[in-house]
This record gives sequence, C-alpha cells and structure tokens, in this order.
Amino acid sequence: TKKELPEHFKSYRHVWVFVEQERGQVHPVSWELMGAGRKLADKLKVDLAAVVIGPQGEVSRQAAAEAFCYGADLAYVVADDLLADYRNEAYTKALTDIVNTFKPEILLLGATTLGRDLAGSVATTLLTGLTADCTELDVDPDGSLAATRPTFGGSLLCTIYTLNYRPQMATVRPRVMPMPERVARDPGRIVTHPLGLVEDDIVTKIRAFLPDRDSAKSNLAYADVVVAGGLGLGSPENFQLVRQLAAVLGADYGCSRPLVQKGWVTSDRQIGQTGKTIRPKLYIAAGISGAIQHRVGVDGADLIVAINTDKNAPIFDFAHVGIVTDAIRFLPALTEAFRARLSPHSRDRIAS
Amino acid sequence: MHIIVCIKQVPDSAQIRVHPVTNTIMRQGVPTIINPYDLFALEAALALRDRFGGTVTVLTMGPPSAEDSLRKALTFGIDRAVLLTDRFFAGADTLATTYALAAAIRKIGETFGAPDIVFTGKQTIDGDTAQVGPGIAKRLGLLQLTYVAKINTLDLEAGTIEAERRSEGGVQVLQTRLPCLVTMLEASNEIRRGGMADALRAARAEIVKWSAQDAGVADIAKCGLRGSPTIVKRVFAPPPRAEKATMVDIAGQPPADALIAHIFQRAPKLEAELAALARGY
Ligand SMILES: Cc1cc2nc3c(=O)[nH]c(=O)nc-3n(C[C@H](O)[C@H](O)[C@H](O)COP(=O)(O)OP(=O)(O)OC[C@H]3O[C@@H](n4cnc5c(N)ncnc54)[C@H](O)[C@@H]3O)c2cc1C
Ligand SMILES: Cc1cc2nc3c(=O)[nH]c(=O)nc-3n(C[C@H](O)[C@H](O)[C@H](O)COP(=O)(O)OP(=O)(O)OC[C@H]3O[C@@H](n4cnc5c(N)ncnc54)[C@H](O)[C@@H]3O)c2cc1C
Repeated sequence: TKKELPEHFKSYRHVWVFVEQERGQVHPVSWELMGAGRKLADKLKVDLAAVVIGPQGEVSRQAAAEAFCYGADLAYVVADDLLADYRNEAYTKALTDIVNTFKPEILLLGATTLGRDLAGSVATTLLTGLTADCTELDVDPDGSLAATRPTFGGSLLCTIYTLNYRPQMATVRPRVMPMPERVARDPGRIVTHPLGLVEDDIVTKIRAFLPDRDSAKSNLAYADVVVAGGLGLGSPENFQLVRQLAAVLGADYGCSRPLVQKGWVTSDRQIGQTGKTIRPKLYIAAGISGAIQHRVGVDGADLIVAINTDKNAPIFDFAHVGIVTDAIRFLPALTEAFRARLSPHSRDRIAS
Repeated sequence: MHIIVCIKQVPDSAQIRVHPVTNTIMRQGVPTIINPYDLFALEAALALRDRFGGTVTVLTMGPPSAEDSLRKALTFGIDRAVLLTDRFFAGADTLATTYALAAAIRKIGETFGAPDIVFTGKQTIDGDTAQVGPGIAKRLGLLQLTYVAKINTLDLEAGTIEAERRSEGGVQVLQTRLPCLVTMLEASNEIRRGGMADALRAARAEIVKWSAQDAGVADIAKCGLRGSPTIVKRVFAPPPRAEKATMVDIAGQPPADALIAHIFQRAPKLEAELAALARGY
C-alpha cells in the first residue's frame, strides 16, 4: 500500500526514456517508448527527457537530435568513446550516475537484450522496482506509474506499481507501443554529463563483433502482413499451408509457442509475449486459440482474421473477422482465392 | 573450480489451469518442473566441470517442495544441492529475490569454497523477467555476461573467461575476469542424461536446507513481500474488443471469397498494397 513518499524521493520528477543505440543505430523501440513516455509526461504535467549514452561525436549528437523529433523536451547525453559499444559496467555507471544526479520519477527502457541487461543492473544498484515487459503504461490519478503485463498461466493481466521507491522503472518490448509520428524539430535543451571512467576501470573487453547475416534475420516484427499457424494445424506438414498463403500475399509467417517447442518452426518465428510482437496491417491466425501470451503479441495489428474450428475460441474475442472452419482444408482454398484475386490479370479486370 | 547454478522450480506451464469463477491461477495439483531455461545453465556448468574438474553446487530458493527440483538436478550428476527456504521469502519480487540469493551464494562460498562462476538461466517461464541474473551479479559485485550462447575459453590460472553473447544485431565476443555471473541462452547445449549411479545418489543425497538465518541473511525486512518495491495491485482479464468479430458465413458463396471480401471491405487500401507485395514474389 502507498505510504507518504519518503522525503528523499520527493524531488524525483519527470519521465525519462533510455535511447538505445548499438553500432551507430538507434533501436526503434526507443522512439516507440518516446511515444508512450510523452503520454505519461503530459498526464503528469512534467517533462519528457531522452537519455542518450554512446560514443563521442556525431552518432550520439544525432540520436539526441532525433529524440526531439519524437517528442522529447530535453536530452541527457553521456558521450564517451568508452561507450562506443555496449558494456554493462560502463553503461550501468553512466545511467545510474545521471539518475542519481537528475532524479527522474519514471525511467523506461526497451526490453531488448541490451535493455534487459542494463535495466536489471541499474534497478538493483538503485534498489528500486523494475516491471518487465509491460504491455500498457499509465499513470493513476495520484501520479503513480501503473505498469501492466501478462501474468503467468491464464488469460490474465496484472498491474504492478512501485509506490514507495524512485525511479519507477519499466521495460517494454519492441513493437508493443505504436511508433509515434516523426515531426521535424530543432533540438531543444541538451544536458551533458561525464562518464568518469578510463578504459582501465572497465574489466570487460570486446574481442570481436560478429554481425548476423541478413538472410538469418526474419523481418516478422516489421512485416505489413503476417500469416501464422498454431497447434490446430496438427502437424509440421500442414504448417506448409501457412507458408504457402504467406508466399502468395508477400507476407511473413509466424506461429504460436507450442510449434516452436515441438520443433516444427524455428524460435525466431514465434509470436507473442516470449516471441515477437507484431503490428501488421493484416494478421491471419489459423488454428491458434488466442491465449493472452499470444494476444499481447498481436493486439497492435490493424486487422486480425482468425480461422478456428471452435466458435468459442478466445481468439474470436479480439479478432476483427472470424471464420469457424477447418484450417487444414480452408487454407489451400484461401491461398488459391487470394492468388486469383491478386494476379495482374484480375487487377486489369478491376481497372477496366 | 567451484560453480554455482541457480535454478527455479516452476509450474509446468502446459498444465496450468485458471479457476473459472475466481479467475485465479490454480497451483494446487499442477506438476512442477525445473525452469526449462535453467537446464542450459546446468549443462554448461557440468561441461566445464568435465573439462576442468571441481564441483557444481545447485541453489534454489522456494517452498520446501522445491526439493523435488534439486533431486532432479542431482540425477544429472551435480555435486551438491542447497535449498533456501523460509516463510520470510514468500512474495518476493526480483529485488528481494536477489537479496536472498546473494546472501545464500556468499554463504555457499564461505562453507564450500568461493565460486568461480555463478550461472543462471536466461529467464523463467513464470515470472519471465530475466532480471534475477543481473540482480545477483550487482549484489555480489560480480561481472556479468548475459545471453551467452557459448563459452569459448576459460583460463583458471589467469582468471579470465571469453564468451559469445547474443546482442540485437549479432554476437559480441567478450572477455572478462572471474568470478563472474553467466546467464545461458536457450538451445546453447543439451542436458545430459545422468548415469545410474547419479540416480541412486540423487534419491539418498543429503540436501543442504537453509533458513534465512542459516544463510546469514542480514536484514529480514529486505526479503519477501516486505522487501519488494513492486506491488501487484490488480489482476484482471483483458477486455474483449468493444465490437465483436464479424463472423464469415460459410454456407453461402465459397467461404474463401467471402472472407477476402470481408477483409477488403474493412481495409479498402489493402488490396492494392497486397497486389504490390504479391508482385514482389
Ligand atoms: C510464460 C508464458 C509465455 C508464453 N509465451 C507465448 C508466446 O510468446 N506465444 C504464444 O503463442 N504462446 C505463448 N505461451 C503459450 C500460450 O499460453 C498458449 O499455450 C499457446 O499460445 C497456445 O498455442 P495454440 O493456440 O497454437 O494451441 P492451442 O491452445 O492448443 O489451440 C489450438 C487451437 O486450434 C483450434 N483448432 C484445432 N483444430 C483446428 C483445425 N483443424 N482448424 C482450425 N482450428 C483448429 C482449436 O480450436 C484451438 O483453438 C506462453 C505461455 C506462458 C506460460
Ligand atoms: C506474473 C508475474 C509477474 C511478475 N512480474 C515481476 C516484475 O515485473 N518485476 C519483478 O521484480 N518481479 C516480478 N515478479 C516476481 C518474480 O517473478 C519473482 O521475484 C521471482 O522470484 C524471480 O523472478 P523471475 O521468475 O522473473 O526470474 P528471472 O529473472 O526470469 O530468472 C532468471 C534466472 O534466475 C534464476 N532464478 C530465478 N528465481 C530463482 C529462485 N527462486 N531460486 C534460484 N534461482 C532463481 C534462474 O536461474 C532463472 O533462470 C512477477 C511474478 C509473477 C508470477
């Protein structure tokens, strides 16, 4: 329960978003968080600040400048060449130091490998609460951060608070929050802060970086159209039906978690809480029941189409269009119908 | 060499049920397993012991019944199992969990020898925060290597370790100093089947059971619910969409055509975009 906030936390104000960059690239989740942070800051009537940690020079300057285009009121920058590549020790020191110096009430990070590695260290150093993988962020009338995430097991969500400690920290996975529109703007106030380390202070050394081959990456999270299959398909052979429909639509394909666990599909194709979050214009789910852990991964889709034999399947509670039928028989027909409809020949017919 | 592996006992997710009336999770009668991600940490530890000798201690914090997970871990051939159990630990969030686990790891170090490496899994399948590994490292002042797919070299003489860490766009090859904390990535190895001797020993082995006091936990107020800065205030079912799904009638025209008509009626711009996308193939 909420007590009077301890005196030393009363000066903690404003909402911060950690701007994650790796190898000169800002991770898009940072701008997604900036959109969510903007709403929180407006409700609280406080500032939204971007926190940029990275190498000296253009890369970090550019990241800070971009942050203003995504809604930041100011930016804190710790730029040092020791921060060129992510290392836990140096980043933890940089972020912990500026939190202790400038005292935000809310601190948001992306739930990426970098963000999770950093958030856990920073929250433990600051001895504050950290809510993982939130799907919704809001502030209560009393100003507390209400961080909502799926709970284990059933189709349930829970709302978690960090009432008596500051900052209130939360991570959010990529694509869970919508990407705000970029509005060209001149940079505002930038506050720089020193790292205060020399290379010898940092024990961990980077020996090499082996970038992923492009072909090894699936674009699922950013695809405009996604077709996915679940256990209802019954066999790995039937999963081909999903891939065939995806091919005709120029779509990416995905699956529910059990298919990964059974080894039918590789883990980079899993959609949901412990897989990818997607925000396509069209999502077609075949033989997927619609458990909460799956739903949170697809709720951002513009149009959700569900194919399921059970008219009471939970997926029909959040799909926009549903069809109660056997996906194994229906998918080939749907693939053919789409092929006919989308072929250049039929488009000429529409045009004339 | 001494390696400590932290494991958590979790409900077998496939079998969890939600009470239809109260909407609460029914844990009674749900079988429990070792958190599947922790098996990769266990195997990594055993593989290092194969190469370098030494002992592997497994630690879990949980209710007395978490002993089952430790017995299971013993069948894989670990040397020692420690159960940290006390009613003061109930309701811990990750900060309170790492406070207790860090105390127990210190105590294990004093009692059985200081660890060179502390392993955890990447995350659990119930709380699923991935925060406990980094939390333990920070509390013990250990260097951390998270999302490790492979340990390349371990030099006990020099006190160094080199490992491949998964990051967003590729793999970082990192070198750091021992002792350190490693969180292992899934699919990085396959847990061995223990031998007959291990199975026999597992059934009889003495499990070290520590209360908060036994483990030298200094401040009970930092444990369990009391020591947790996060508070779960509300558990609720997600609201269905305000508007019900439009159901496609499968009796009339071919259902595939009917479904496509519904789709393009709702998203008129999509047809041209799909045609463009489809041309790409
Ligand atoms: C911590 C945690 C994290 C999780 N993370 C994820 C995650 O990231 N992603 C995820 O997907 N799940 C996740 N899960 C699992 C999730 O709870 C569900 O178990 C899972 O999504 C169910 O997959 P499914 O819908 O394919 O299978 P089922 O629930 O078995 O559903 C199969 C569906 O297919 C229908 N069906 C059967 N035959 C046919 C047919 N011939 N044609 C059409 N329909 C048919 C059935 O009516 C049923 O609705 C997680 C669970 C936990 C505990
Ligand atoms: C639905 C739900 C949501 C929650 N959300 C949050 C949240 O947002 N923030 C928060 O602070 N807490 C949260 N908790 C509480 C959290 O789950 C507990 O603190 C738990 O004890 C440890 O966290 P974890 O399961 O997420 O472990 P993770 O951090 O995912 O575990 C990583 C590794 O740490 C080791 N480990 C974890 N627990 C133990 C243990 N008891 N004994 C030995 N080794 C262990 C294992 O090797 C494991 O693989 C939540 C709990 C539930 C049930």
